[in-house]
Amino acid sequence: MTLNNQEVNLKKWGLTEEEYKKIQEDLGREPNKVELGMYSVMWSEHCSYKNSKPLLSLFPTSAEWVLQGPGENAGAIDIGENQVIIMKMESHNHPSAIEPFQGAATGIGGIVRDIFAMGARPIALLDSLRFGNFNHPNTQYLLKGVVDGISFYGNCIGVPTVAGETIFSDSYQNNILVNVMCVGIAEKGKTFTSGAKGEGNPVILVGARTGRDGIGGASFASEELDDKSNEDRPAVQIGDPFTKKLLIEACMELVGKDYIVSVQDCGAAGLTSSLCEMSSQGDSGIEIELNNVHQREESMTPYEIMLSESQERMIVIIKKGKEKEIKKIFDKWGLNSSIIGKVTSDKQFRIKSNGKIVAEIPSKSLTDGFPICLRQGKKSDKIHQMNHFDTNSIPIPEDFNEALLKLLSSPNIKSKENIYEQYDHMIQTNTLLLPGDDAAVLRIRGTKKAIALTSDGNGRYCYLDPLTGGKIAVAEAARNLSCKGALPRAVTDCLNFGNPEKEEIYWQLEQAIKGMSEACLAFDTPVISGNVSLYNENKGEAIYPTPVVGMVGVIEDVEDVCTMSFKNEGDLVVLLGKNKEEIGGSEYLKVCHGLETGLPPQIDLSFEKAVQDTCRESIEVGILSSAHDCSDGGLAVTLAESCIKGKKGVQLSLDEKFREDAILFSETQSRIIVSLPAENLTSLEEIAKKYEVPMKILGMVGGDSLQIKDLIKLKVKELAEAWKGLE
Amino acid sequence: MKFGIIQFPGSLCDYDCFYALRDISKVEVAFIWHEETDLSNYDCILLPGGFSYGDYLRVGAIARFSPVMQTVKEYAQKGGFVMGICNGFQILLEADLLPGVLVKNYGLHFLCRYEYVRVENNKTPFTNLCKPEQVLKIPIAHGEGNYFIDDKGLKELIENQQIVLRYCTKSGEVNDEINPNGSVDNIACICNKQRNVIGMMPHPERCVEDILGSSDGRFIFNSIINSIKNKKEAVMQGDK
Repeated sequence: MTLNNQEVNLKKWGLTEEEYKKIQEDLGREPNKVELGMYSVMWSEHCSYKNSKPLLSLFPTSAEWVLQGPGENAGAIDIGENQVIIMKMESHNHPSAIEPFQGAATGIGGIVRDIFAMGARPIALLDSLRFGNFNHPNTQYLLKGVVDGISFYGNCIGVPTVAGETIFSDSYQNNILVNVMCVGIAEKGKTFTSGAKGEGNPVILVGARTGRDGIGGASFASEELDDKSNEDRPAVQIGDPFTKKLLIEACMELVGKDYIVSVQDCGAAGLTSSLCEMSSQGDSGIEIELNNVHQREESMTPYEIMLSESQERMIVIIKKGKEKEIKKIFDKWGLNSSIIGKVTSDKQFRIKSNGKIVAEIPSKSLTDGFPICLRQGKKSDKIHQMNHFDTNSIPIPEDFNEALLKLLSSPNIKSKENIYEQYDHMIQTNTLLLPGDDAAVLRIRGTKKAIALTSDGNGRYCYLDPLTGGKIAVAEAARNLSCKGALPRAVTDCLNFGNPEKEEIYWQLEQAIKGMSEACLAFDTPVISGNVSLYNENKGEAIYPTPVVGMVGVIEDVEDVCTMSFKNEGDLVVLLGKNKEEIGGSEYLKVCHGLETGLPPQIDLSFEKAVQDTCRESIEVGILSSAHDCSDGGLAVTLAESCIKGKKGVQLSLDEKFREDAILFSETQSRIIVSLPAENLTSLEEIAKKYEVPMKILGMVGGDSLQIKDLIKLKVKELAEAWKGLE
Repeated sequence: MKFGIIQFPGSLCDYDCFYALRDISKVEVAFIWHEETDLSNYDCILLPGGFSYGDYLRVGAIARFSPVMQTVKEYAQKGGFVMGICNGFQILLEADLLPGVLVKNYGLHFLCRYEYVRVENNKTPFTNLCKPEQVLKIPIAHGEGNYFIDDKGLKELIENQQIVLRYCTKSGEVNDEINPNGSVDNIACICNKQRNVIGMMPHPERCVEDILGSSDGRFIFNSIINSIKNKKEAVMQGDK
């Protein structure tokens, strides 16, 4: 079934001339259809990262506590006391844009698999969502579908959804973003790896049967969306959380069994990717017989079986002779387990059907053989002009109360209670800090420790200034964790960008990664896993470049967790950091003036770190009543949120000498609002002095209103009314 | 004293219940696989929350056919303590061990949050350490917790004092506004006439430590433990 070069419509396969030549070279012959399909998915951007690989190497990926960096199913860090935290974030943007419910559901299914493939029990999910204009009817449809999908799948597998973001912007109107992060826990030394090893060891496919769903999903994910994308609906997989739950429990029973050689998730690009990656990772070969793959539908072709993305499947390689033990475990959970092949030593990935070879490719060719795309980026003139926008041309509002209420009730700032209440965020009973704070906090059973989790990424900042936007994505995540008393430890990320073949998009990608890398170095938070999602465009229009940063931090003592709500009448309210006149790219500019332009707030990473260190140390010594990160909506919104959460008022004075709207709503970085009893002030001053961080007493907690100079005076009840419930 | 927690495929709160009983209440507890049929070693059987068999057909509809459920019925008929939480409650209704049905929440969404419930009957084995009308802070997490029963059935529940918990305000007021899921008469928990079988939508196992936001769930678990002790003592005295 060899194909004639002339007959191959390379575009249909998503391959370039150069890539096709490389395939011929690696095989020493023409590929057949099955092989071409396998190359097509493996060399898609989604699986190969051929466009982003050279840039990704900028990320710091190691530290003393990093046990596993990028390259395995997920990253792992050592948090002490024999406990390992595993995490990864992934996108499921294109499927969710076409079929929001199943797209979001299987997005969770996929990332959860990566975690338990490492031998870790999944303990938390975070969702970072981006939708188009909130008032657009299609947004309502997509929002409902995605939230229902997450709720359906996440709730049904018993993993709490503890945090996330839901952001609305016209830029995502026709290309929504659904990024999901999963965190797991394992005992040190008991995690799995994915390399296929030991000639003759059986390769076992476990879980659901293989059907015709999701064929070519990875390639589909690497194309731009258009009007015809709806016709690609069969490329979206169907999720079955019940089977997933059984699969999790069955795989948890494998932990600690010495006959397990390796475990691999079977996700994007199905059997093709999972098997060739295992083989390549183990520097060995794999041979399989397709007749042994348990199938859901009749007469599936080798091409269909190899490319199906049927959900709820895993690959397990075990020591020869232990086949019965594995079968017993999966039988107990009512799951299929079939020996589909064996490990070989010839480094070939060989596929047979009825004993006849239907495909044979060197594994490394599939996983690493693709030509790297080296590209050049260029800043567009449009961005250059926007950066020079004169913010002084904006009229100063007459009524700041009105402006604040408008901001609080805008979709991006409003409470997301209506969304997170649909997710079970308490199951497993470790969630100490429920959703709605700066970060989620989960205790680690059997220790005094807790971990804090957050995800962040401001597309608008990145659009206007990707270098700074990249830095801020990391810095804000770290700040969220520091505000809870956690030491930031590691990053997982999802890089959502447009078509990298366009130079202005490649420039965004390059700059954002550079910015993120600098910040990761500054905070000592290596990138341990992640995902790149390119071609997020619709009809040639790219989304805002949106790197989403997922971060984990460690709290040594659960008793030290700090929350954002004002707690006690008479507590002093103190600003750590400095107010600046920076309204470019702010939520205020968008909501109150309909503008998304200017230069976003700038950031000095060493200063940012000093502010966070001050906050964290103050929490550790127990002198703070509250801490809240100052971000979207600026100082006024930050204060309002602490008032609403604590049902307490606050009276403040500010002596800045610049535009009042900038005082209230600038999104200047490196600021944290803390409250503390007056008697602790000297201790705070000492800590701030040690880190050379300026601090300023703004006022005192008390009364039932938020009062800022003569600019703002609103009852906390009014604030809460404006802020509550996105509907 | 030994508790048994039934594990159906798709049970999710089994480990949380296990932890609450073993690590917090410090009693002996074991998992019971849904294919087992011998319950003679247990003093209380707990059906945990989750999505048994995926609940793709109708909540609890398949679980009731599990081999273990026939024995649970016999166990209950003999007066054994049986407690169903969330999906466990749904299964007990499907198995006809309790009256009524649970349908989709009034808002049609899954809801996870802390609620307040008022103790309507503290003379059950599961609430005997609560004060009359005591308000408990307990989380809910369900998509189908809207309890329904016809007027005749409701009248019977009231007459027999089978309503154990009702959703209420922080200060204990029961009204429509506070009803999270549309349940008839704000019902959150009922028991059978004999008082040995109870079903509740709120999750007491999720609030057994202050660090989690409430430890009111302990009132429920400690009440059962207390009841088992009393029962054992009564038996011993009877033996004398």
